[in-house]
Amino acid sequence: MSAHTHKPAQTELGTKPRPHIGKRGLHGFLRVREASILVVAILLIIYFESTNVNFLTDANLQTLSQFISPWVVIACGEIMLLICGEIDLSAGMVFALAPFIMYFAHDAGLPLIIAFILAIIGCGAIGFFNGFVSVKLRVPSFVVTLGTMFLINGFTLTISRGFPVDTPNDGIFSFLMGGGYAEITWAVILVLFMHGMLRNTRWGLHTIAVGGNLLGSAESGINVTKIKIGNFVITGALAGLAGILEASRIGSTDPLAGGSNMMFMAVAAAVIGGTSLMGGSGTIIGGLFGGLMLGVLQDGFTINGINAFTFDMIIGAAILIAMVFNIHFARLRNMGKLK
Amino acid sequence: MSQSQYVQSSAVPPQVAGGQEALRARDIVKRFGAVTALNGVSLRLQKGEMLGILGDNGAGKSTLIKILTGFQAPTSGQLTINGEDVALKSVDHARELGIECVYQDLALVPGLSIYHNMFLNREPLRAGPFRLLDNAQMKRRAAEALEDIGVNIPDVNEEVARLSGGQRQAVAIARAVYSKAKILLLDEPLAAMGARESGLILDLIDRLKKRADLSLIMIAHNYAQTLEVADRIMMFQHGEVTFERASAETSVPELLDVVRQNYKVVRGGA
Repeated sequence: MSAHTHKPAQTELGTKPRPHIGKRGLHGFLRVREASILVVAILLIIYFESTNVNFLTDANLQTLSQFISPWVVIACGEIMLLICGEIDLSAGMVFALAPFIMYFAHDAGLPLIIAFILAIIGCGAIGFFNGFVSVKLRVPSFVVTLGTMFLINGFTLTISRGFPVDTPNDGIFSFLMGGGYAEITWAVILVLFMHGMLRNTRWGLHTIAVGGNLLGSAESGINVTKIKIGNFVITGALAGLAGILEASRIGSTDPLAGGSNMMFMAVAAAVIGGTSLMGGSGTIIGGLFGGLMLGVLQDGFTINGINAFTFDMIIGAAILIAMVFNIHFARLRNMGKLK
Repeated sequence: MSQSQYVQSSAVPPQVAGGQEALRARDIVKRFGAVTALNGVSLRLQKGEMLGILGDNGAGKSTLIKILTGFQAPTSGQLTINGEDVALKSVDHARELGIECVYQDLALVPGLSIYHNMFLNREPLRAGPFRLLDNAQMKRRAAEALEDIGVNIPDVNEEVARLSGGQRQAVAIARAVYSKAKILLLDEPLAAMGARESGLILDLIDRLKKRADLSLIMIAHNYAQTLEVADRIMMFQHGEVTFERASAETSVPELLDVVRQNYKVVRGGA
């Protein structure tokens, strides 16, 4: 502070100057929330590669990418919602419904690309409904989407009569949606796009503002309703896209695909990646790394022959540790103990 | 009504030296169902003047702020801004007319940087089709705005969550002033602040008073601080103006006397 005291008419409210860049080093790196979870994921990859030579093979990487992709695509939407203080529990059911909308639209004679667009619009409309009831009718989104979760699941089972169908296939579309690494490519492109949107557009900034200070955002003139409902629409559309990607890859559209487990894995990826369930902060890239970590764990345990029950225990512990870490890491940062 | 001796006439407040009228409110009434929050409040603010509004919780101060900022519409009454009658349609509309408010909660977002907070909902965008935020411009202009009102915060990248109460207040005030405010409302700017920090904010308010183009209304409950900093004092009680006088012509004991008298009226009469 002493460096500034020569200016007499100044109100001295300065914080201590930050340490020089060179001195920040490791601490500076750890200040980037996403970095720590990436380190964990890389350590896990090294561990599994050292215990099983089949881990980093092309075939296993494809399997790994297929685990991760749907979680990450749905997580992109859930992270936006979590940041603005909401959640969508119905995303896993929208995931299952979307390819059926595409199937029936295509079956009715529409070109596949039009059927695809219709399905995405339909899923966006479900998101709009979730958002409208949550924000305008003031029912907590946890409850609203709990309702629509069952509702949509029942609807999908009804229109499919409980049986899978063949996903419509027309060469190029199916290659773009369902080729070997198509899903993970979509996931990474979406992550980069959504990350840019969150960090560099008014929409992203206002999403953080609405979650961080709802009343203050309204006082600043931000259209809080538009931001919240818009993020529900994004989540619905992305859940639908993830469902169509999966159905295109497998070649079969299954009414039992996705489900609440899929949604919870997306939320887990978001939370482990550093998004707060309390709203006001979050990171899309972190969601990708969180999904990567979960996928590496699940895939690594599978090829090492570890039982699925153990996997669930480890995921549970990972979520708890991530949350404790996030909350207290944030507190330390705010107290200025970590610079 | 024993308090009437103190109200010189709410329709024609005492004149402050020089200048034209920045704001006039006439017979503002605001009801929420059966509750009357404001019961015919009139006030006038000269250009360059600082008006201090005192009152207890529930006196109607916050409701008045919400009406002056366009956040809520009055049930009845007329606002005149810069000589023109207006009905404020929204917060944005009030802002266009130069009315800015620093709310008690400061309307700051803890998870965002100082510069993002300073430009919240007014973010400049880069040229090009992608409508990206112009962060470089925001950083530069935020630093300028803080310097302009004489506030020294070394790093505008800092998250607001890490700032002290006084720093947050300064950021909120800088934001309001920078956005070309002509009428600045300060809602309890010294609440929940230690003596040292409130001294710094009072210094800052003193510097703002020297700007001829800026008129200020400060809502507060600390009589001594408000008398020190305001040109004129109005007192609100149960939704009405019960006292109004130039600061130089009144004192803390007189203000306390008004409050005491009024309580007697309320408890004895109603």
